[in-house]
Amino acid sequence: MITTEIGAQPVPKNTNKRVVFVGQPNTGKSTFFNRVTNATAGVANWPGLTVDFMQAEITKDDKTIEFVDLPGIYDLDGFTEDEKVVQDFLQNYSIDLIVCVINASQIDRQIMMPLQIKNLGLPCLVVLNMADEVKRFGVKINTAQLSEHLGMPVFTISAKYGSGCGIAIDGIWKTVNQLEDSYKVVELVQCCRANRITEADMKNAMDHGIVMPPTNLVTFTNRMDAVLLHPFFGLPIFFLSMLLLFLFIWNVGMPAQDPVADFTDWLQASVLEPGLSFLPDGVKDFIISGPYTGFASLLGFVPLVAFFFVVMTALEDSGYLSRAAYLMDNIMRKAGLDGRGFVMQLFGFGCNVPAIMGTRTIRSKSQRLLSILVIPFALCSARLQVFVFFLGIILPSNLGAFALWLLYIISFVVAFVMAAIFNASGQFKSKDPFVLELPPYRTPTLKQVALNVWTEMKTFVQKLSVFMIIGTTITWYLTNFPGGAEGMQTYAGQIGEFFQPLMQPLGINPLLTVSLIIGFVAKEVQLAAVATMYGTAEGSDALKATLGGIINFQQGFSYCLFSLLYVPCLTTVATIWGETKSARFTLFSVAVSMVVAWVVAFGFYQSYNLITGA
Amino acid sequence: MNLSELEVHGSATVVGVRSDGTEVGDGFKERLEAMGLRKGRSVQVLRKAPGGDPYEVRVGSTTEIAIRKSEASLVDITQEPLPDA
Repeated sequence: MITTEIGAQPVPKNTNKRVVFVGQPNTGKSTFFNRVTNATAGVANWPGLTVDFMQAEITKDDKTIEFVDLPGIYDLDGFTEDEKVVQDFLQNYSIDLIVCVINASQIDRQIMMPLQIKNLGLPCLVVLNMADEVKRFGVKINTAQLSEHLGMPVFTISAKYGSGCGIAIDGIWKTVNQLEDSYKVVELVQCCRANRITEADMKNAMDHGIVMPPTNLVTFTNRMDAVLLHPFFGLPIFFLSMLLLFLFIWNVGMPAQDPVADFTDWLQASVLEPGLSFLPDGVKDFIISGPYTGFASLLGFVPLVAFFFVVMTALEDSGYLSRAAYLMDNIMRKAGLDGRGFVMQLFGFGCNVPAIMGTRTIRSKSQRLLSILVIPFALCSARLQVFVFFLGIILPSNLGAFALWLLYIISFVVAFVMAAIFNASGQFKSKDPFVLELPPYRTPTLKQVALNVWTEMKTFVQKLSVFMIIGTTITWYLTNFPGGAEGMQTYAGQIGEFFQPLMQPLGINPLLTVSLIIGFVAKEVQLAAVATMYGTAEGSDALKATLGGIINFQQGFSYCLFSLLYVPCLTTVATIWGETKSARFTLFSVAVSMVVAWVVAFGFYQSYNLITGA
Repeated sequence: MNLSELEVHGSATVVGVRSDGTEVGDGFKERLEAMGLRKGRSVQVLRKAPGGDPYEVRVGSTTEIAIRKSEASLVDITQEPLPDA
């Protein structure tokens, strides 16, 4: 069927053979990949491709094989972002063997991919995963018969529990060592379309040793869903469980940041400062207040982000996160977001950084970007400190609590409205159809969760260190130069002064403007900056008294609104950059938050003054 | 009749997935087919989400998906036995 111009073409042999893993989402492909590579894989950048893949080189008996894990896709000739990436890879990089991982309990539809690969003419090995679920569902597969029909080696495994993995891994090595040629695919999509898999092809394959259970099967998942996805009780159950999870993360994860802060403080006071004492004061001060502070504040996020990932991985692996998307779809689609976006927005109220990383579970790229754009509006716990302090000055009574509650509402409304605006603008229009798999409920294993969290944390620190060090270095420079300058004389002060025409209509004075510039790094430093500017101790009564005499209610609340809506912290910006790999998008998101902050603060301050006649 | 018209607990057989002929439309069709919505397969509406949309649909015996009403309307179904199936 394959003509000579399209499909797999032999190319000069790879020095090290390359084995790529493909498969549909939710097949446990990456879990099996981790078993094959002994979890040694790292993120690798492939020139010409926008996405990073996990990749590892394994040497056995003097032979080295390179293993690559491609993103999970539904269809080889599909049109979504991930599918295009896989197509680009197969067309631009030569490969020796494809390992196609299939969720064996859904073989009736997933058999399509091995058939597509066969039509392309690529050497392929099929791994039937989820042996445990196959048994539960009562799917029967005769591997020998199927293997003969497909003309490919077929192995049955449970990647999660490990059964059959050893044999399958040996099978991969044996198969790849017997293969002679390396291949690249020419015109993959055209080739797939010219040799479309027909109903007859699928049925023919199914007739070779596969028996599916009856369609009226009632599983444990169905019984769970009858409650959890109930048309009336489903949503309340969802909100309640998310609220409990949220409280759990922030009550256990937040305090975990303190020991890390204690450690980095200790390291600075007992090791760095004495150790660097031989350097001139300026250099020493630079190292400690610049790069080291950036690194330390990044490290401070690690326990919280790690804890968040434990919960997120467990939630995703259990299958409940897909169901959140189903439950919330009707509400969220009005803003162009999906249900997972809602979960992340909610978690953003604790800390924006892990919430932005968590958007990876959103399959559609446009919806993911939209979520990333609005998560920074979520009132995180660091901003809470600023509000508690300022509201304590401008509204010392119970009204302060009411104002705080109002800020939470504003935070959510702004995020929703902004998402709706961007959605209506069509920029983030999703090309992905809303069809979402609802996998059966699964118990996450400790090993899987731990492995995922460890990998995430490694890349988190590696990826963001650079951004943080650059960011804090710039801020350090702006607040310390020109030499000998202090307060308003520094570059930061001059910038504050420069922005006065912009900030004065918001009721924000030059000193507070500078604190906002410094607050760009982190909201914790923002309060410290206010204290330094006014020459008193942070959080002291003297500072409260001083500020109380300077700012009135509308100025203070305008400052709070601005603090709520503009860039939350440098780590968030670095995370957006790291996640989207787009400097343009990152700048856009910063610009959006600045504009929104200004407009809302301006609107409040001016109309308040207008109404009260102040 | 199409999938969006099927009541909760109703089951039917897929006749085919329609596309509006555009590239995106063809992509939708292919995605739905990859999810198992192919001619001759059985579909059942297990339940509908709060607000009546999306639907939870079982495709074949072991695949369960959430699909919006608008996308479900692209799936032609019949409750009669297919002549050639």
